[in-house]
Amino acid sequence: MLQIKNIHASIEGKEILKGINLKVNAGEVHAIMGPNGSGKSTLAQVLAGRQEYEVTKGEVIYNNKDLLSLSPEDRAREGIFLAFQYPIEIPGVSNTNLLKTALNEIRKYNGQEELDAMEFLALLKSKMKLVEMDQSLLNRAVNEGFSGGEKKRNEILQMAVLEPKLAILDETDSGLDIDALRIVASGVNKLRSEDRAIIVVTHYQRLLNYIVPDFVHVLYNGRIVKSGTKELALELEEKGYDWLKDQKELVMN
Amino acid sequence: MSTEVNQIEELANKEYKYGFVSDIEAESFPSGLDEDIIRQLSEIKKEPEFMLEWRLKAYKHWLTMEEPNWANIKYPPIDYQAISYYSAPKKKPAKKNLDEVDPELLRTYEKLGISLEEQKVLSGVAVDAVFDSVSVATTFKSKLAELGIIFCSMSDAIQNHPELVKKYLGSVVPYTDNFFATLNSAVFSDGSFVYIPKGVRCPMELSTYFRINAANTGQFERTLIIADEGAYVSYLEGCTAPMRDENQLHAAVVELVALDNAQIKYSTVQNWYPGDKNGIGGIYNFVTKRGACRGVNSKISWTQVETGSAITWKYPSCLLIGDNSIGEFYSVAVTNNFQQADTGTKMIHMGKNTRSTIISKGISAGKSNNSYRGQVKIIKRADNARNFSQCDSLLIGDKCGAHTFPYLDINNPSAQIEHEATTSKIGEDQIFYLNQRGISTEDAIGMIVNGYCKEVFKELPMEFAVEAQKLLSVSLEGSVG
Repeated sequence: MLQIKNIHASIEGKEILKGINLKVNAGEVHAIMGPNGSGKSTLAQVLAGRQEYEVTKGEVIYNNKDLLSLSPEDRAREGIFLAFQYPIEIPGVSNTNLLKTALNEIRKYNGQEELDAMEFLALLKSKMKLVEMDQSLLNRAVNEGFSGGEKKRNEILQMAVLEPKLAILDETDSGLDIDALRIVASGVNKLRSEDRAIIVVTHYQRLLNYIVPDFVHVLYNGRIVKSGTKELALELEEKGYDWLKDQKELVMN
Repeated sequence: MSTEVNQIEELANKEYKYGFVSDIEAESFPSGLDEDIIRQLSEIKKEPEFMLEWRLKAYKHWLTMEEPNWANIKYPPIDYQAISYYSAPKKKPAKKNLDEVDPELLRTYEKLGISLEEQKVLSGVAVDAVFDSVSVATTFKSKLAELGIIFCSMSDAIQNHPELVKKYLGSVVPYTDNFFATLNSAVFSDGSFVYIPKGVRCPMELSTYFRINAANTGQFERTLIIADEGAYVSYLEGCTAPMRDENQLHAAVVELVALDNAQIKYSTVQNWYPGDKNGIGGIYNFVTKRGACRGVNSKISWTQVETGSAITWKYPSCLLIGDNSIGEFYSVAVTNNFQQADTGTKMIHMGKNTRSTIISKGISAGKSNNSYRGQVKIIKRADNARNFSQCDSLLIGDKCGAHTFPYLDINNPSAQIEHEATTSKIGEDQIFYLNQRGISTEDAIGMIVNGYCKEVFKELPMEFAVEAQKLLSVSLEGSVG
């Protein structure tokens, strides 16, 4: 589904990603871990198409398409979803309005019929159960005055409604207490499926107790320095990221 | 619901088309203004003597006045002797079909969701009388007549209801008021007149909703609305479709009078031609709008969505004379390219326990300039007056300007005044967030801006609000690279 080949990316002339290679198949869950500043969020943003990051080298093939040549909205319409680390507030725009517009844009792009208000509301109600979200949040402005937990749950609700092929969860666990974390993780787990790939970007192993990945990759200083299965996450938890410095040298040599 | 509203709109359109246009066959006057011109104008319109006298007084006063220059707008000097102050409605040669119409204009109509038939009418294509439904129009008219409501053109009112015109015309905006209002008093061509009798609640939105506006509205419109004791009326002015007009200067006057326990809600969507992307052309819109809450417990609400005109100079105001009277002003003013807007309100608290609310949302894009100018005045005897003002500015891009000029003049210690002001920019991160949900940048800006204006749009009648939202998106098209 997704093949990242030797991606280099920089912001304001500073290189953050220094040659990332990664292959993700449908149905798989990949965790990308790494210390602060290692480039995890940059990778997520580059895949979603954030303009501030300049891709200087490499390519990304997504469902046989050259992903980097697509606009951010077309990437979304092709089935890429980014759950933001810091979901953005949009005053005066109701959550429902955003979701309905987004879903219909995606449907239109894919040659499907747009849903009318009634059909959409029915769909929305069924998805809300996934994240145990309160009805009242739907009529509130997007993320405005939401608690940290509500914002993250809202991201997962959007994912549930938009049904992406590839979901990238950027630090979805940050700022969540244990109850919220459990709700969010269980929402994500219900969305795991054979045709959907999920990339979980996280600093801590904690989330991976709930969302169990098929593969774990460790990002360090702009490169993937180690890949493995879920046991790798536990090893990291135990040894911390310092241990990787030696690994990095191994890679360099 | 919406079909019902549509019907009413169509009716209103009919009403304007067939009911309001004065049937005058005359050539245009030569350009220039003097007493003779005013006499001729009054004669053609078969006005009673008092009207002519009033016009002449205004004209003489106007000669002593100077064009104001305090607003934050720039424009080349206007040559008032180069304007023709009367012209018969012109018949433009009809186009055969839409293929002959500027495709840019058609694209805009499409975005506004205007039906094909209406597009034809708007762009001057010959149409069959598809909208003509005399029976419906008659029902509408007779329903209003049954209730004693007078809704007609100003010319008709001067002829048929001179006592009301004499009593109220100029009673809120006197002929000496300001340069543009005084000019209007001398030369106004036509406009609307509404009288709602005691205790009557007007059952429908009255409107000059002349989307299908065959006739010229004229450069100098005059509107007068009177709500007698306990009456209620909601009046819609304007047009969401882009209006082309060869007259560059527009100087309208609107006067509202609310007597005891009466309520007037006045909504405007203004979308005159703003000029092109390089700032060439466009309407100069110098408008004086004022309402007098003359009676106790009376209420006047102004809601305006201003997206058009090269220059907007407009301050819909309320004189809160009656005790417990309420004034409201809800405004969205959008400027793009080289447009300039200096707009706001005046709330003059004169009665006891009077209240006013001001919500102003300015949006500037391109190289435009957008100013809010508002005055809250509380006179000495106006005990317990309250005002809340909120003035927000939204900037799109970094070449536009937003300015806020609030004036407070408080002469009574019991007054409670709150003023909030914010300036913000549409964030790249907001746009990216919506892009990432599959929404294009253009739609994202439309969505963000409409969200920002929500407090004002919710004051508009529903059908109007929907169109205003679309209009906003169209006005801001191309504002972000």
